[in-house]
Amino acid sequence: MISAIVRTAMVSLCRDRGALVLSFILPVVFFSIFAVIFGGRHDSTPKVKVLVVDEDHSRISQRLVQGLEREGSLVVQTRPAPVKGAQQPEYMAPTAEAAVKSGTAPVALIIPHGFGENPISFGPAGGNRPTIQLLEDSSDIVAPQMIVGLLQKVAMTSMPDLMAEQGSRYLDQFAGGLTREQHDRLDESLRYLRERQESGAAAPDSGNGGIIAVTVRAVVGENKNNPMVSFYAAAIGVMFLLFTASGAAGALLDEVESGTLDRVLSSRVTMTTLLLGKLTFNSLLAFSQLVLMFLWGWAVFKLDFWSHIPGFVVMGVCTAFAVAAFGMLLASVCRTRAQLGALSTLVILVMSSIGGSMFPRFLMPEAMQKAGLLTINAWAIDGFTKVFWRDEPVFHLWPQVLVLVGIAIVLFAVARRLARRWEYT
Amino acid sequence: MSPPATSIAKSSPPLRVDTLVKRFGEMTALDGITLEVHSGECLGLLGPNAAGKSTLIRSIVGRVIPDAGTISVFGAQADSMSARTALGWVPQELALYPRLTCRENLQSFGRYHGLGGVALDQAVAQCLGWATLTDRAGELVKNFSGGMKRRLNMAAGLIHQPKLALMDEPTVGVDPQSRNHIFEMIETLRGEGMSIIYTTHYMEEAERLCDRIAIVDHGKIIALGTNADLVRNAFGSRSQVLARFAGAQERIADWVAQRGGQAVGGSAQFTIEHPTEIGGLLEASEKAGFELLDVSLRKPNLESVFLRLTGRELRD
Repeated sequence: MISAIVRTAMVSLCRDRGALVLSFILPVVFFSIFAVIFGGRHDSTPKVKVLVVDEDHSRISQRLVQGLEREGSLVVQTRPAPVKGAQQPEYMAPTAEAAVKSGTAPVALIIPHGFGENPISFGPAGGNRPTIQLLEDSSDIVAPQMIVGLLQKVAMTSMPDLMAEQGSRYLDQFAGGLTREQHDRLDESLRYLRERQESGAAAPDSGNGGIIAVTVRAVVGENKNNPMVSFYAAAIGVMFLLFTASGAAGALLDEVESGTLDRVLSSRVTMTTLLLGKLTFNSLLAFSQLVLMFLWGWAVFKLDFWSHIPGFVVMGVCTAFAVAAFGMLLASVCRTRAQLGALSTLVILVMSSIGGSMFPRFLMPEAMQKAGLLTINAWAIDGFTKVFWRDEPVFHLWPQVLVLVGIAIVLFAVARRLARRWEYT
Repeated sequence: MSPPATSIAKSSPPLRVDTLVKRFGEMTALDGITLEVHSGECLGLLGPNAAGKSTLIRSIVGRVIPDAGTISVFGAQADSMSARTALGWVPQELALYPRLTCRENLQSFGRYHGLGGVALDQAVAQCLGWATLTDRAGELVKNFSGGMKRRLNMAAGLIHQPKLALMDEPTVGVDPQSRNHIFEMIETLRGEGMSIIYTTHYMEEAERLCDRIAIVDHGKIIALGTNADLVRNAFGSRSQVLARFAGAQERIADWVAQRGGQAVGGSAQFTIEHPTEIGGLLEASEKAGFELLDVSLRKPNLESVFLRLTGRELRD
């Protein structure tokens, strides 16, 4: 009896392609995507882009830059990419800061004048010792720490006092001896350094505890109440928008099945009018969801919603338009609700994983980041990040607007073409 | 329900179909159908399942593109906007929005037909009254009984007050009481002069509602006329004898065929000129060794006509 039940269930499963896809293909696809993201393939470990401004131009500063360039995990840029083959001028402090603000790179290092004369941080804080400035985009919580660490790596961050002490002994031995007064001042400085090391007074993200002095300054998101809320509001929002849009578009399949579509098309309503009507409704639905999501972010997580209304409206409308058209396309590809459920789950979860809805794209391998640009998620999240994180003006959204509207138009056109099979028998 | 004013040629017949052909792969659904519906007439399309009735209706409303032939609705090409306005289609399926109320359904379909404002309100009120659903107007359709859904299905198809109604088996799956209710609704429309095409495979529906009946089989109209015409043309003044015999059905069928009758579903049917011929038939069956179970004499009806013309029962 049990075998009969198993047999019946097995045959049913084998004939349900959607269930088969969900059962066997989706897990494998997801496993592969996350294996790639989290370093299953070491040859594609993500590299951190860092902009370097050498204001000192000394031999020491140049060696520091060369040392950073030799680091395999860094992509060091001292000037912007050539424009139409013309080499661009080197980054200056203001242009590097602007580049971090616009998202060109998560970190910029400013090596100040005089660094080469006194590169090692030694002695009490303050004074005139030159300090490298690290400008960070605080939405990227990994890159700045990594850069600070790599800077200190050269100078052995973990034992600067010993290095200094050893250095002073060599100086005493080979420079003809130090005076009593020089010994006292040296001891005082070493005591200070030891105390700092033992007490952990040096903030881990400041870099001041290292042999090279670094001050960290957030140039993006420094005034945000909750840095990642806007990112996740957009990331999670877009993923659920896609699910909602495909579900809402599935109403079309219900109407096909019940015969309502035939009746509607026998009236004055044409297929194009019908699809446009559904696209409009689904867009409004998606926009409403986004409004709710961001209002919730404002009310509960202190997201700065009200000062970003124009950018939100522009990105919200374009995103809603694109996801609605995406839903229409999925519905027009499928023949039944069950098919739509399986296909939309597969496609949306894959899009969301590589498009940055589940995991920030800047932490993904470069190839995966580029692949993400094929998804609605990536463009929508980038746009919302520009608005809420980088405080960029609305006209800076034109790449995202163009791509999302373009996607919407193309997807809708394909959906309209596929819907011809319902138009006439 | 009064017919609307539409931009159509009133001198043209409500519907003219000329040598219509539609094939689905190897199967020919419509095989050169030609017919005309007169003004104010109810024309029945009678035929078994898969005879081509629904394909013909769907061709008329523009949902099926024929491979050959023409259709004109009050002189306008089928699928044109004026044809759509003049036609009201009641599909076989319950093509309604289950999560909308009865009134909301009618409003939606009214808007799809271009109605609005006061005209829409009046049309909805009129349809609710016609379908006796006024008291249930605010209820969700998904909670309706089968009969109520059928009535609303009809009302939704006629909300824009067309001049020609196409009803595709509107009584499928309803109980006898609801069926009578639907008959009364259709008779109201007929009384108002609406032209109607009514498809069914129930002989009694065609006999009760239709002025003329087209018998459809294998995509062809095999007979067309009034009920009386069809019977007279097929049987003249003859009657039918129905007899049931005990014994091997194959032997019985052979014997019935030799006597010029038809064996259908375990009984034998013979056509006779005079009732006195029954005696001869029974005597012959006795000689053939068959035991007579029962015998009856009846006037031929549409089902008899269909059987005579096709060799099959209407509900096969």
